[in-house]
Amino acid sequence: MTIKTVKDAINDALVQSFEEDKNVILMGEDIAGGKGREQYQGTQDAWGGPFGVTQGLYTKFGGERVRDTTIAEAGFFGAAIGAAMTGLRPIVELMYVDFAGVCFDQMMNQAAKVRYMFGGKQKVPMVVRTVVGAGFRAGSEHSQTLYSLYTHIPGLKVVAPYDAYDAKGLLLSSIKDDDPVIFMEHKRLYMTSCEVPDDLKPIPLGKGRIRREGSDVTIIAIQRMNLFAEEAANELEKINISCEIVDPRTYSPLDEELIFQSVKKTGKVIVVDESNPKCSLASEISSLISEKCFSDLKAAVIKITAPHTPVPFSPPMEDFYIPSTKKIIDAVKKLKDV
Amino acid sequence: MIEKEKINWIYKKIFTIRFFEERIKQIAKEKTVPGYLHTCIGSEAICVGVMAALNQDDWISSTYRNHGHAIAKGCELNEITSEIYGRKTGICKGRGGSMHISDFSKGMLGSFGIVAAGPAVVLGAALQEKINKSNKTCVSFFGDGAIHNGAFHEAAGLAKLWNIPMIFVCENNGYAEATATDWHLNTKELSDITKAYDMLSYIGDGNNVFEVYDITKKAISEAKQKNTPIFLEFKNYRFSGQYEGDTQLYQPQEEIDKARQNDPIKLAKENSSKYDLNKNDLEKIINEAKEEVDKAFDFADTQPWPQPEDALEEVYVNYPVEIKT
Repeated sequence: MTIKTVKDAINDALVQSFEEDKNVILMGEDIAGGKGREQYQGTQDAWGGPFGVTQGLYTKFGGERVRDTTIAEAGFFGAAIGAAMTGLRPIVELMYVDFAGVCFDQMMNQAAKVRYMFGGKQKVPMVVRTVVGAGFRAGSEHSQTLYSLYTHIPGLKVVAPYDAYDAKGLLLSSIKDDDPVIFMEHKRLYMTSCEVPDDLKPIPLGKGRIRREGSDVTIIAIQRMNLFAEEAANELEKINISCEIVDPRTYSPLDEELIFQSVKKTGKVIVVDESNPKCSLASEISSLISEKCFSDLKAAVIKITAPHTPVPFSPPMEDFYIPSTKKIIDAVKKLKDV
Repeated sequence: MIEKEKINWIYKKIFTIRFFEERIKQIAKEKTVPGYLHTCIGSEAICVGVMAALNQDDWISSTYRNHGHAIAKGCELNEITSEIYGRKTGICKGRGGSMHISDFSKGMLGSFGIVAAGPAVVLGAALQEKINKSNKTCVSFFGDGAIHNGAFHEAAGLAKLWNIPMIFVCENNGYAEATATDWHLNTKELSDITKAYDMLSYIGDGNNVFEVYDITKKAISEAKQKNTPIFLEFKNYRFSGQYEGDTQLYQPQEEIDKARQNDPIKLAKENSSKYDLNKNDLEKIINEAKEEVDKAFDFADTQPWPQPEDALEEVYVNYPVEIKT
């Protein structure tokens, strides 16, 4: 057992995938950090992206497979699709998910649809690694989560790991997967750590995880919200309220059965999602529960989300924007009294 | 010298495409054909000339105006026609339609409905060829309208930066949808836009199938030898509207009449003696092409519709949750 940060676990999964399959390549802005400048030979990948996640890959695997791109997401996303169709397994890095807009056509209309609309002859085994999340004082254009934007599109898969264990196991699976996968890394989780076995097997997409067993209330927590759910559950345990925490981990496909089982057990549900509320994962999960588990529910599902605003910059406002441990505790107490 | 077999192939394809497009235009007038139809009357020489320089397993991308590319690349006429009719035996199992006629097994990466989506995808295929040290030629077809789109420029920039020997083929047919090229162009020649990327470019007569073939063949060889992308601009005229049913009010009659003098089919016929095709040979090829087109449309008429639930198939390679209605 080794203690790993999310950042290192992702780097490990990349290295392992590169070693296992020569068809794996990586493309993105600054992933090496300005490949090709002769005076920096040997230290060309010192930067490894703004969060240092891809550090070392250029030196290990060379510029043919680890490609710095221009700031041209439509160009290199499109290239990843063509490369994937013809035999490579490209991983592309979208530096912040907020940049989705400049290459959304490639994901929505090409990556997601070529298999379906051209008669099932092609596959697009590519992974988009991207950075999501508020709490970095990064302002409105570098802080969104946008989970539901991609989850909405048939043909795409969406993965958002919380801890280092899941980050490694799910990235290994995503790279082996034959469909296009959006792999979302939360910038506030990169430096969090947990035990990760060196020989961790890939974790199948579409399997959620019960992070904490409990009997009174189910908290369905999306990515970083697991942190607050855990804090809330610890506090509530002191007053004899038992919370079950469900981490779906992947949003397309979604482990609906795992969610329904927990709802059947507790009959009381809170969904915590850092995204904006409208047409969000929170609203989708809540709708599925009322459709499939209506008779098991003892109260209406409570959604805790960000408000319907862009992510604000100033700390007091941003802290207000992000769902909090306190909000979860209050909601659980409210449900407990039902 | 072009070998006899290739000359026959070129003539057969160029007539097949023209007959096919004339036939589907006519049918669309007479009865309901589902969806949009973007015919390529006037582009036949570009489709055939470029494809004559390729192997079957070379990679191309096409657009919503794809019938000619698909036919020239070797897609089955029966399957193309069935697809346009929305039938189960269509080339995309009825899930694509006229705008998305594409057969991966014939080297087609896709026929994209989004303008300028193709070049970056072809760049990726060409990158793969480079990394795997394979040598398939990679060609992206697009219209003059695509050259203002960012996705084209991003692909062009990366192709040059990465020394990718792909071929950009711009069909400059005079119109970006309903907007005339001479109105939308900022540069003197369309291919001047590649100067910013220090990319080689050549301009050719897109009505002359042998000129298109010749330029493409040389460009492929030069691109591979110099490890560089090359941009080809072929000038032609779009006799069809943007789509069938387009009133074409924006295309002046005198312009159309003038363009008719350089109709690629007319030029091909006039040039036939230069390529040792006598009148009988030519007639035989024309009749064969007509017959094959007739058969394909007869075939499509008899084909079954897909079951409604077939709509749920092949969204993913593998999805553990049932795709529900």
